[in-house]
This record gives sequence, structure tokens and C-alpha cells, in this order.
Amino acid sequence: MPVLVPETLEEACAALAARPGATLLAGGTDLMVGINAGRTRPDDVVMVGRLAELRGWVRDGDHVVLGAGVTYTECMAEPLASLSPVLAQAARSVGSPQIRNAGTLGGNLGTASPAGDGVTALVALGGTVRVRSTEGERDLDLATFVTGPRRTERRPDELIVSVRVPVADGPQEFLKLGTRNAMVIAVASVALVVEPGAVRLAMGSVGPGPVRATEAEAFAASVVDWTTGTAAAGAADEFGALAAAASRPIDDHRSSAAYRRRAIEILAKRAFLRSFSS
Amino acid sequence: MSTVTGRRDRRGVGTGAARPDGIPKVTGEFAYSSDLWEAGMLWGATLRSPHPSARIISIDTTAAVAMPGVRAVLTADDVPGRPTYGLEVPDQPVFASDVVRYVGEPIAAVAADHYDIARRAAAAIVVTYDVLDPLLDPEASLTAEPLHPDGNVFRHMVIRHGDPDAVGDPAAGDIVVEGTYEVGMQDQAPLGTESGLAKPTADGGVELRIGTQWLHVDRDQIAASLDLDPDLVQVELAGVGGAFGAREDVSLQIHLCLLAKRTGRPVKMIYGREESFLGHVHRHPARMWFRHTAKADGTLVKVEAKLLFDGGAYCSSSPAVLANATCFAGGPYKIPNAVVEGSAVRTNNPPCGAMRGFGSVQVCFGHEGQMDKLAAALGMDPVELRLKNALAPGDRLITGQRLDGAAPVAALIEAVAASPLPGEVDGPMGLPGGPGRTTQAGDVRRGVALAVGFKNLMFSEGYDDSAAAKIRLFDGVATVSTACAEVGQGFVTLVHQIVHEVLGDDIEVVLNTASTTDVGSAGSTSASRQTWMSGGAVKLAADDIKAQVDLDPDRAEYLADVVHQHTPTTPLDENGQGEPHVSFTFACHRAVVDVDPELGVLRLVDLVTSQEVGKILNPVQLLGQLEGGAAQGAGLALMEEIVLEGGHIKNPSFTDYLIPTSFDLPELRVAAIIEEPEPHLGAPFGAKGVGEAPTISSGAAVIAAIRAATGLELPRVPVRPSDIALSPDRTP
Repeated sequence: MPVLVPETLEEACAALAARPGATLLAGGTDLMVGINAGRTRPDDVVMVGRLAELRGWVRDGDHVVLGAGVTYTECMAEPLASLSPVLAQAARSVGSPQIRNAGTLGGNLGTASPAGDGVTALVALGGTVRVRSTEGERDLDLATFVTGPRRTERRPDELIVSVRVPVADGPQEFLKLGTRNAMVIAVASVALVVEPGAVRLAMGSVGPGPVRATEAEAFAASVVDWTTGTAAAGAADEFGALAAAASRPIDDHRSSAAYRRRAIEILAKRAFLRSFSS
Repeated sequence: MSTVTGRRDRRGVGTGAARPDGIPKVTGEFAYSSDLWEAGMLWGATLRSPHPSARIISIDTTAAVAMPGVRAVLTADDVPGRPTYGLEVPDQPVFASDVVRYVGEPIAAVAADHYDIARRAAAAIVVTYDVLDPLLDPEASLTAEPLHPDGNVFRHMVIRHGDPDAVGDPAAGDIVVEGTYEVGMQDQAPLGTESGLAKPTADGGVELRIGTQWLHVDRDQIAASLDLDPDLVQVELAGVGGAFGAREDVSLQIHLCLLAKRTGRPVKMIYGREESFLGHVHRHPARMWFRHTAKADGTLVKVEAKLLFDGGAYCSSSPAVLANATCFAGGPYKIPNAVVEGSAVRTNNPPCGAMRGFGSVQVCFGHEGQMDKLAAALGMDPVELRLKNALAPGDRLITGQRLDGAAPVAALIEAVAASPLPGEVDGPMGLPGGPGRTTQAGDVRRGVALAVGFKNLMFSEGYDDSAAAKIRLFDGVATVSTACAEVGQGFVTLVHQIVHEVLGDDIEVVLNTASTTDVGSAGSTSASRQTWMSGGAVKLAADDIKAQVDLDPDRAEYLADVVHQHTPTTPLDENGQGEPHVSFTFACHRAVVDVDPELGVLRLVDLVTSQEVGKILNPVQLLGQLEGGAAQGAGLALMEEIVLEGGHIKNPSFTDYLIPTSFDLPELRVAAIIEEPEPHLGAPFGAKGVGEAPTISSGAAVIAAIRAATGLELPRVPVRPSDIALSPDRTP
């Protein structure tokens, strides 16, 4: 299989335009596993992992713009980790050090696995994702970018350039549950992002993509005393129950739907308790 | 651990001599069987059954044969000799021809110019099946229509010891506890997948380089199926990437040799990870019922057990695994009366066979669960109950065999029980969930428990077990030949140490590559037997050389050629009585777990062990076995399971077949290593094998600690988070 290694973003877009549907290779932590297992055999591969334009991040006022090639390891490092704690926490929960050195935020978003950790955190953060093709750039809403399991709004001729997310302005929590204490795919995860007057909760591995728990979010916004950052005792239980009700888990060899629903209830409750004292 | 640094001032036994293959393995220079290469070699691939049970209507290889680059496509019709193979009973077809009995059963093999061509050609073979309902329940297998001409029962056996009709006396305060336990299917999960390279030889034979555990038994099975004289089949050991029992059975050996003979060219095969899960046997899943009767003071009166082991589609080593399970079902305790009934049966699940601990691992979950239940029923401390009943030298086992060697069971338990308990964990990364941040200190409950186990060393029940070795001493160089398979256990280090110990530090020791051509069988690298058997053979050969040198120090060359056999054993009689085992090994573990009951996630906080070892030959390698064995045993309690659905393996990858990471295992602490030189002849310097004992009781200790933390019965391992979080018996 031919692997194209463009040296600039423009060359990469041109390569994609010439081969629409080519498979993008960034850190390779997902693609190479599929190839080695014989599940995937792409006809064309365009490697974007070395593109300088996709590397690094910048602060832009009350937002952070992260290149698609930013690795999990980079997400965990200060000062970025303090600007986006939920992303740093999600990044720390991924794989081993070697995987975190290779895997990228753009790759996680583009792969759009229902169990993706970075993508769940990004959906909770909200903001935009920038995609680019030879026809130009588009900014898409992160909250609706993932349309289904391994499906996104990215067109086959586009590649993800960056994401733009708000700088933390309140508590953030990422909790991920697996059947081993490290190097494990999420059985269930929650990403909680609090901003003054608003709460966003995204849940991983309990739907075709990250699932937003909108009722739980509205409940939290209404029940929290925003002047003190506190909530009444018992509010966390209700928040957890609403989150579980919004989850749409399935049974598979990793877990049962019933257990995933319970896990969401507990994880959401704990994320709430850690964010708001009673 | 401070007690095992060892001496490095000399090169003999007892020193922490470094592995000769250690640095190459760490730096990536070591050649594993997957690295084999020959000019002009072809690649092999295997077509496997997608069904757990089906009749084969037709096999059409036309499209595969016609593919450019394909050099051979073989099916059952192309096997010139015995169409089947098997370690104990040749009941497994080299290629299925009329029926398939499990998902992954080989049907055809292809050799082609390129690996991808071989794989695609295998996929292009058209097999028409009449799909049948699979028989997946071992219970149902006992009465179902036979899946195979040999029937569905691989072995049924009963041990009746003492008074089989003995009953407790409730009036005197005797206590009876019953329990049912279940063990899931564990995989050996060696990091190196099955791989090898075969090439035809000028004399009409074939030469195979392969990662295996027993060169000669591979040779004999290849020779039978290729209809060749065994001398025309040369098997040489290639670098082995772990074994743990997975390489005892034939996997690709016969296929490779058939392809090489057919094409006249070297052929290499390497299984991918998924194919590896399909291509080797697993640890038997088990369902076990126990009833223990004890006096009010805790003295055991009787143990009754019924064991059902699912052997999967073919026999492999099921009869021997079952024998171990029944013989050791009571645990290392004085048991005056026992009735233990065991069955290993055929189903359409994946075949099961050898894995580290070999039957003892499964029953340890049962007998230790029972001892804890009994202690609770008696209101007695579980450690005290075990000490009260602990086996001691001179005691009889439930087979009637008398313990004539070391049996420091009480000392092992006392050492572990006396080890200090750990404090609270340090920081959030040490809590259940680790980097997943699921759990805070207030969410956990701690549990502590201890378990003890034992098993036999070497082959049992009258098996004619031997190992050969040769040494040539010439010009200060001792060249050692043995067919012992080094699978990672460190035999290559021990050979140097043993020869140095006998012949002195000044000579040079060279170990030839293990092969069937220069020396007789070493027997299998399994059953904790090679330190004693091949190590013993090397020591006997070195002793022979030393005697020759002492007699006539002026010769240029000295030769020794020995075959070492252990003390003979006997078969079991119809009541399961006899002298079936040579020797035994004992170990004890105590586990401390923190459980988050709301989520069912947990963390093994501390694991401490003690073991009886005969004599320490290399303390660093000993510690390696204690750590690795404890990890593998704990893994079975915590997470390691092949998930089956309708006979299909749902998790054939290391993404989903989970083995413990450094976040799941604490550093193993060693409370005691007890050295009591093995009295039986041939054990080199009194040493015995140490590789399996650490696997037996670590998992039983872990699950017991989880029970202690949660108050739940948890009769099944591995325990799943949902077993705890969703248990109706859980108290908030």
C-alpha cells in the first residue's frame, strides 16, 4: 500500500484531493493495530504525523487552539494542563507512555471511536474544530462533529487542522472506568466541564459517539448556587441518575449495558461531588 | 527484596549469575523464532474453521491454487502418514476433513511467495459446511451424542481415601460447609506468537526450527504424520517468546513440515495475535463443588469434591490435568477421609491443555475458598484453621502417598501471616482505577486474605520420565548438549552454574543449541521438571567428567553421556490410590486489596509470598519465577479470561484479553524462601523446580481478599466489576 508523506499542509490537502477517501495516518495507534490484525487494508495512506503546521498549541484570549498533531503527552504537560484540565486528565488515562507519545488529539477526534477519551473530553469542552481541504477551511461545532461510530462531519478530502476550546473557567473532571487500572479501553467515562452558570457532561462508551447528558446539565445549572459553587446534598445523586438515564449503552464482550449504566451513574455523581461541595 | 541478590564472586550454584541471553533480549538482538529467515523461503498460512461444529461438505482449492505466487495448497488428503496428532491421544486431525469441532480448527495450509499472498490464498479456499448446533456446555457433554469417535469423556476418575462413608457428628459440634466455584478460561498469553521455519533435507527428510517446549515429542508427531523415520526429522529450538504450556501441543509444526516437503523449499510461518489465540490450547475452565466436614476445633474430618473440567474439542493433556486437579483438590492439608470425583469432557469450545499450575490452580480456588468458609462457620481465624490442618512431612495425601520430602506448610503460612501489613496507599494513582481517576480514598474498603497451594513436580502416574545430557571437556572447554527447551525459565544460566560448580570456575562452558540431532530427549519443559531433570542430567554428566579427570588428569578429551530418570511412580488404582508423584512443591500468598464496591473496581495493594524450593541455584532467577508466577495467578483472579460466545473467542487480542500491568500488581514481597534439600536422587544439589508453585495460590489469595473487603460470596474467577457493583447482596 502506498504511503504518501507530504511535507506541508498544502501538500497534504493536495494529496487528499487526488485520493479522496485515503486513510490518514497520524500517530498510528489505531490504524496500525487494525492493519496488524488484518482488519484494515487501506489502498492509500496519507501520513500527516510529521506536518509542522499541525504541531503545538497557542492561547488565543479565553481559548486555546490545539494543533491536530498535539500528542496526549503534550496535553498532560504544563501550562496546557492547567488551561484545559479535562483534556490533561483524559490524556493521562490513555494507554502507556509510548502510546501517549504517539497518539494525537486530531487522530482521536478523526477516528471518533465511541470509546475515545480525547474526543469525549473535547465534546464536553465544546468549541470548534477546523478542517481544511484544497477548497479552503471550515470551522465546525465540536459538539456535533461526531455523527456516529467512527463517523464525523469531516469530508474525505479534508483533514483536521486544529481544535479551539475554551480555557478552563471552573472545575473540570474526567473519570474513566476500565477493567484494568491502566492501558485499557473505557467501559464508561464521563467528562464534566463547569463554567459560570453552566455545566456540560459528555459520556464515553455508552452510545454511538460521545453522549451529552443535557437533562443532567440543565439540572446541575439550576441546582448549583453559582455564587458559592455549592449544591444541596443529594443533588449529586440526582445528577448521576439523570446522566445514567441519558446513556445508551450496549452489551458487548467488554461489559454489560446494565453495568455501564451503573458506572455512568456513579462516575457522574462523583464528578459532580468533586466539582461542587455541599 | 534483599535476600536474593546472591553472590557474584564465583560462578557456581547459589550465585546470581546473569542470563547469557539477558542482554541480547533486552537490547532486541536476541533472535526469536519469528526472526527466522532463509534465502528463497516461502510463507505459510492456515485456513481455519469459522464454526464451532459443522460437517464439511466440500473443500474447493481451485481459486487458491490458481493465484500467482501460490506454491502449495494442502488439505487432509495431502497428509501421507497418521492423519491425527495429540500429546496423550492422537485424536486431533492435522487438517479437518469431515467435521470441524471448534472455531479455529485448521482445514488447509498454503505456501506462497509472500505472506499476504498466502493469507489471501487461504481465504480463497471455498469450504461448504453443514453447520451444526455446537455442544458448549460441559455438563451436557456427559450425556450428549459423542462429538468424536473417542467419545466425550477424556477422563473420569474417583479418589476414595480413608472412610468414604464418613460423616460428621452434628451432636459433637461438627461443621459442614458446601461451596461451588467456577474458573474461567485463562490463556498463557506468551508475547511471542507461534512461529517456525521448515526446510527439506537432502536425505528426504525435513528440518524444523521452532519455538517449542519439547523437541522430541514434536519430532515424533511430525514423523508420524509425514510417514518418515524419526531420524529424518530434525527439530532444533529457535528463540522462544514465552510458553507457559501453550507450546506443549503441536500447532504449526506438522503444517510447516508438510509444506516444506511439498514445495522443496524453506517455508516460514508466523501466527498473528488473533491466530495465536486460536492456535494453542488454554487453561481448562472448571466448575467445582466441595463439601468440607470438620470438628468443632477445626480438625478436618472429610473433603468431598466433584470437578468438571471443559477440555474443549480435543484431548491434549486433559487426562493429566484432571489427575492433578483431583489429587490436589483438598489442598495441602491433613485429610483423613476424602471422596473426589473428576471429569474432563469434550465440547465444541477451544481445546484446553497445559498451563502453568496444571490443574492445581483451578482447585486451589476451591479448597481455599472452602477453608475460609469453614473458618467463618467455626468462628475461627482462617490462618489458625490452616495451621491446624497443615500437611507435614510423613503425612499421607488423599492418594495414600506418604510425603517423604519437605512439606513446611505451617512455616510457609506463618511467615506470610507474620509479614507486616501495608498502610494506606500513597496518592491517587495507587487507588482503584489509577489514572482513570474513578476512585478516592473514601470510596474504598480493604480486604486481606491468605491462601496456600501445592502440586507435584515432574510427570506422574508411572510415566517413564527421563532427560539426557552430554558433556565433552576438551582444552578447558566443557561443551554441553541437551535437548532441554529454554523457554525463558533460565535453564541456560543454570547449565553454566551447575558445570562450574562441579568442574570449577576456570573452565569455559559452552551450551549447544537444543536439537534432536545430538542428544536424546530432555522431556518437556513443563511440570516444573527441567531444573531437576535436565539440570540433574547435566550435573550427573559433569560428575562423570570430574571422576574421569580425577582418575586420569592427562587426557586431552573427556566425554560423558547420561540419561537421568527420576524415582519411578505408580499409576492410580480404581480408588485413586497409589504413589503417583515423585515430589511436591508448596507456596503461600497473602493479598491485600482495596475495593471500590460501588464501581466494582479494585487495586491489589500488596502481595507477599513464601515458598519451599529445595535449594536456591540462582536467587535472581528464583525471584523472577516468584514474581511472574504470582502475576499470572493474580491475573486469573483479576481479569484474565477468554470470553466465549457460541464457541467463538470474543477477545483474541491484547486490547481485550487483559493481563495485569504495573498498575495492577504491587511489587511482590517475599516473606520466606525455605530451603530443604530434596532427598530424592537426581535433584541437582537438592534443588527442585520453582516455576509453577507461585501461580497456584496467588489468585486464590486475591479473590479471598476481595471477598473479605466486600462481604460477597464471589464464587467465580476472574471477578468482574459487575459481579461486585451489581451484586444484590452488596451492602451500601
